[in-house]
Amino acid sequence: MNKKSTEILVGLFVVLGLLALLFLALKAANLASFTGGGDTYTLQARFDNIGGLKSRAPVRSAGVNVGRVTSVKLDPQTYLGVVTLEVNKGVNFPKDSSAKILTAGLLGDQYIGIEPGGDEKNLVAGDVITQTQSAVVLENLIGQFLFNKAADGGEQKPQ
Amino acid sequence: MNALQIIGQVVLAQLARWGHGALFFLDLLRATPSALRRFGLVVGQIHAIGNRSLVIIVASGLSVGFVLALQMYYALTTYGAAESLGLIVNLALVRELGPVVTALLFAGRAGTSLTAEIGLMKAGEQIAAMELMAIDPKARVLAPRFLGGILSMPLLAALFSTVGILGAYVVAVLLIGIDSGNFWSIQQNGVDVWRDVGNGVVKSAVFGVICTAVALYQGFETEATPEGVAYATTRTVVTASLGVLAMDFILTALMFSTP
Amino acid sequence: MSDSPFIDIDHVTFGYDSRRTILNDISLKFARGKITAVLGGSGCGKTTLLRLIGGVHAPNSGRVVFDGEEINTADKAQLFRLRRRLGMLFQFGALFTDLNVYDNVAFPLREMTELPESLIRHIVLMKLNAVGLRGAAHLKISEVSGGMARRVALARAIALDPELIMYDEPFAGLDLVSMGVAAKLIRTLTDVTGATSLLISHDIPQCMAISDHVVLLATGGRVVAQGTPAELMSSTDPEVRQFVRGEPDGPVKFHYPARSVAEDFGPRMSA
Repeated sequence: MNKKSTEILVGLFVVLGLLALLFLALKAANLASFTGGGDTYTLQARFDNIGGLKSRAPVRSAGVNVGRVTSVKLDPQTYLGVVTLEVNKGVNFPKDSSAKILTAGLLGDQYIGIEPGGDEKNLVAGDVITQTQSAVVLENLIGQFLFNKAADGGEQKPQ
Repeated sequence: MNALQIIGQVVLAQLARWGHGALFFLDLLRATPSALRRFGLVVGQIHAIGNRSLVIIVASGLSVGFVLALQMYYALTTYGAAESLGLIVNLALVRELGPVVTALLFAGRAGTSLTAEIGLMKAGEQIAAMELMAIDPKARVLAPRFLGGILSMPLLAALFSTVGILGAYVVAVLLIGIDSGNFWSIQQNGVDVWRDVGNGVVKSAVFGVICTAVALYQGFETEATPEGVAYATTRTVVTASLGVLAMDFILTALMFSTP
Repeated sequence: MSDSPFIDIDHVTFGYDSRRTILNDISLKFARGKITAVLGGSGCGKTTLLRLIGGVHAPNSGRVVFDGEEINTADKAQLFRLRRRLGMLFQFGALFTDLNVYDNVAFPLREMTELPESLIRHIVLMKLNAVGLRGAAHLKISEVSGGMARRVALARAIALDPELIMYDEPFAGLDLVSMGVAAKLIRTLTDVTGATSLLISHDIPQCMAISDHVVLLATGGRVVAQGTPAELMSSTDPEVRQFVRGEPDGPVKFHYPARSVAEDFGPRMSA
């Protein structure tokens, strides 16, 4: 009867719409990786300058995603940037590993790269990564370049 | 009557109209639970409102996806950032264009047909007949259409965005030659499910409420003449579109202001 | 059978807005189980009267009494109860265009009762049979002619076996045969079910043929005359005579008020 075919068509429409939503969530957004990392442990790292690092930025080691930045705050005592990050359980780093703020590509977002150290003991939940390298700030780079250029020029000056 | 009195009258009349509309909206909300119990009616309305809008939504989504991909490509290659094409198209669609363009098309296609249908039912005394049969027309006629619109809009907006992204894929990967793996992975890294997709869904639901409520109000309050119905359908499109655009500004500011 | 009227209009005055008064202090009684026709020119408040009885509007002053109960339009429960006992036939049927014939007649049954579909089917087919359209149950409203639509609407109006049936211009726009059918149906229904029938119409011959009591209203909401059909047809009152005989000119003037002929057609005087 007519009512049946209407219901089937509406059912199809709803299914299509939900599939579209699912597609958007999984294929075109970060739901897959989001739910994959259920079990994590928290680490902290302190930087002089965090550059453009934002929360939810990825944490990578050897280029592989191992976690996510959860918050970025300023320590009012030491005036250092305090970054809290979640690392997937099962991925452990030695206590003397270093954390650098790197940029993905020339115009990409910034992320935290962890390079493993050589210590026998590993970082556990709540530990602070002591070896850190701040983000590259463009102005400092330019200033450095000009300073070097001026120094070279100065050496050549005297006759 | 001096100018001040005239202005005063105009303002009061407009306030009265808004008040009338707000009361109508409250009545509609109050009638919604009974429509939920008669879900068969809602299903019928989803068919009339949602299914019948599929063609125009999908066609528009595809074209917007194509065009966005082309235009963004020309802009991005200047900065050597052509790889981010998928990401830009995705964000533009999922956050803004999907909900907003779908809502505008919805107001035009489904909104006007709702207004005309209700207006003609009123003109043919069907509404009065129902009242005299002690049946609340708001619960029997308006509320199912209201629910149908609210449920259809997010689905239509999701379809618009999806088809748009697929269209962009065709242009970016198949025509221009951007790497297919990059196309998807950069999106997966850059688009947040809750912030971007989720907020887009919330927006489209809000727009659904606006468009459907305006359409039903205009149809219900229209004068029962041919000119009256024509006037009412025009007012539906204009009011609903303006409402959607205004709400979009507010919602975008609320949802996306803090990175 | 009590002698009290089924509907009592008691000194009712009503206007949609303050400028125009449609009904002016009228008092009418509609006898139980009888057909009362309300006649009058356009705009004299006949349809408004039906709306007041149906509780759609409240009178500005006076009372509308439904089987001994005064109607209070703010009391939704009372309106619901009373409306279950009345059926109304609208001027052009007012059928629900998105349903077919069967569903239209079943509508009041489905909405107002908890009867199972099998029982509803019996009732719907019986009502359609009473109006002669049992074979048309499957048709869509768009496929039904004007006269048939009127009959379907009648079947729908009597679906719940109402005690009061109101007919708004049931003969308007019908051919002679359909008019005869409609008149016969109205008379038979009232006789068989004992319902009180209220007939609003312009059509003198049909109304006079089937009504027990006739009321003549004039523009401005006045009762000009009332009585049996025979009494009105033989009345000497000029207003009544003009109406029942259909004379173009009389107490109700032919010409809309205008300037004199000389002013409109005569030679223009130059200043």
